[in-house]
Amino acid sequence: MEFWLSTIMPGLLTGAVVTVSVTVASLLIAVTLGFGLAVLRQFPRVRLLNFAIDAYVEFFRNIPALSHLFILYFGLAAVGIKITSIPAAIIGLGLIGAAVTCDIYRSGFLALGIGQVEAARAVGMTPVQTIRFILSPQAIRVALPPLGNYALQLMKDTSIVSAIAAPEIMFYARSMVTSSFQTTLIYSSAAMVYLLMSLPLAYAVTRLEHRFGGKANA
Amino acid sequence: MLEFLDVYARHADQWGPRLADAAVVSARISILGFMLAAVLGLILGLAQEARSRIVRTVVRGYIVFFRGVPVLAILFLIYFGLPGVGIVFDAEPAAVVGLGLAFAAQMAEVFRAGLGAIPKGQWEAAMSAGFRPAQTLLLIILPQVVRIIAAPVIVTFVALLKDSSLASLITVNELVLEGRALATEYFLPLHIYIWVGAMYFLIAFPLSMLAKYLAKRARGARA
Amino acid sequence: MSSLLSVQDLHKSYGNLEVLKGIGFDLSAGEKLALIGPSGSGKSTCLRCVNFLEKPTSGTILLGGERVGVKAGERPMSNRELAPQRAQMGMVFQGFNLWPHLSVRENVATPVRKVQGESAPVARALAEEMLAKVRLDHKADAMPEQLSGGQQQRVAIARALAQRPKLMLFDEPTSALDPELVGEVLNVIHELADEGRTMLLVTHEIAFARDVADRVMFLYDGLIEEEGPAREVIERPQRDRTKAFLSRMHG
Repeated sequence: MEFWLSTIMPGLLTGAVVTVSVTVASLLIAVTLGFGLAVLRQFPRVRLLNFAIDAYVEFFRNIPALSHLFILYFGLAAVGIKITSIPAAIIGLGLIGAAVTCDIYRSGFLALGIGQVEAARAVGMTPVQTIRFILSPQAIRVALPPLGNYALQLMKDTSIVSAIAAPEIMFYARSMVTSSFQTTLIYSSAAMVYLLMSLPLAYAVTRLEHRFGGKANA
Repeated sequence: MLEFLDVYARHADQWGPRLADAAVVSARISILGFMLAAVLGLILGLAQEARSRIVRTVVRGYIVFFRGVPVLAILFLIYFGLPGVGIVFDAEPAAVVGLGLAFAAQMAEVFRAGLGAIPKGQWEAAMSAGFRPAQTLLLIILPQVVRIIAAPVIVTFVALLKDSSLASLITVNELVLEGRALATEYFLPLHIYIWVGAMYFLIAFPLSMLAKYLAKRARGARA
Repeated sequence: MSSLLSVQDLHKSYGNLEVLKGIGFDLSAGEKLALIGPSGSGKSTCLRCVNFLEKPTSGTILLGGERVGVKAGERPMSNRELAPQRAQMGMVFQGFNLWPHLSVRENVATPVRKVQGESAPVARALAEEMLAKVRLDHKADAMPEQLSGGQQQRVAIARALAQRPKLMLFDEPTSALDPELVGEVLNVIHELADEGRTMLLVTHEIAFARDVADRVMFLYDGLIEEEGPAREVIERPQRDRTKAFLSRMHG
């Protein structure tokens, strides 16, 4: 019991700090880059751009995060591009996240319906103004609940970066196990730490869902 | 660029068979894990409508737990953690059980949403005609639910397939682990991991497209 | 007294809101009773209590002398136990509620097969007979979404008829229809009435109620305000509230 308090929990909590930092950093990249991609995708006439964005999204959404991270961390190192653990984690999860949020935003835009665009045209707004003042604010509002869900998922996915040596919760858990062999206690505690961290986030998502309506098809 | 592709040409016959065998393992744990998730998810989804408050709370607790704990932590807990209290799983079964339990929570949500999308009038018409509750569920409600949840079910399977890669971290010899082994043998991690990624893509992408198509059809038929 | 349906002192509350405050009436075989009244008067609730889609807070429903929805010892029946009683009553809903994954024929035949227990050929023949009655036999293989609202409602009527019910319940059958489709459904119901079927009908179509029903009950705020022969109540209402309601409806 003392061991738990003096060694295990501090170790896991140190890892938790990294978990949170990586989550926040990746989240920022994901929601901004994803939004940019979604907005660009609203212009249907530039076919090449549309294809490129679609390809980006499908590429990142149909390959496991672990695979992407290994490419970034181990693969690029072999051709001279060395990215260390935490940056690799943030870039990897951020790029994948942008693909996910892009789909979320696009669902948001889709949910608005053509009437909004027509009303904007009727008052003489340009396409850019329409997107800026009419569509985006509403699309973002609709997108908030699924984005909240994504954030929750992202926090769980940071556990994967332990595999590329990023010092987050699972990484600490594994190293403590090798020295103390208290597997049950350590891994249960790790699960508990994640669970506790997830509760406020899950609560926030529920509030978002109440305020901004149900889930879109992400 | 050609040099890059040339590497594949030279090693294809060495890497190909090994990665193919590993892919079979990935597929196996994914399918078995998904079957567990679907069955358990259906039970949980239906149990959320149970009359007993205890049952509903237990189900709620299950879903909250698996919504908040990462799949990787679950896998580690089952494979490395449980032996400490005497429950020992082999790597593959641990992966199947872990994936199944974790994704059951997601499937429960899918089933719940599907059931909720059926208008109350459908139940009422069936009950007025004299169908018993079990008959109503089987003949009237479930056929409609299947149509609605087809797309989300496929999406959940793709997610499970991707998370099956985590089994490599508990020593299951699936695609990613085989990729790592090859990478250390041949010192060509970039090429190998790209190939591994491509193999996942080849399975996941068609499924994702199928799900999108089904979703579009489901939305259209809602008129 | 051999009334087919007997409703006695029916009360229904939703939480603190009492919607039905003591409704009682009898319906003889072959009789047609129309329930009219303003929104919120409780007429649909009353109808839905008859086949226990809504569970009465208190009161007794007797169908053919048998107590509906309650077992010996005042214990309420489960949905499973209610099924045989409900099978004796055919209900037509405002929203049609056809089953979208089944064809028109299957919508009518499936209850015959699965509830009444008939064989597939018998069920099919009965379904086609009922669809012919509502003049939709040519649409037997179509799917519900391909039909207009009026056609869907007629299929719903055929489905209820195929149960060979003792009593037919109509819950505002034309309220959800476009005006030009109302007539075809009312015609079908009129024909069924002329055949001598027992009907309990909730409707906003006052002229229709006057022509089809034997008796009319005007419900106001959960109680029977006025009742009597259809023509009399509608053409010569006695009570003020009835007069006010009817003058609003006739316009």
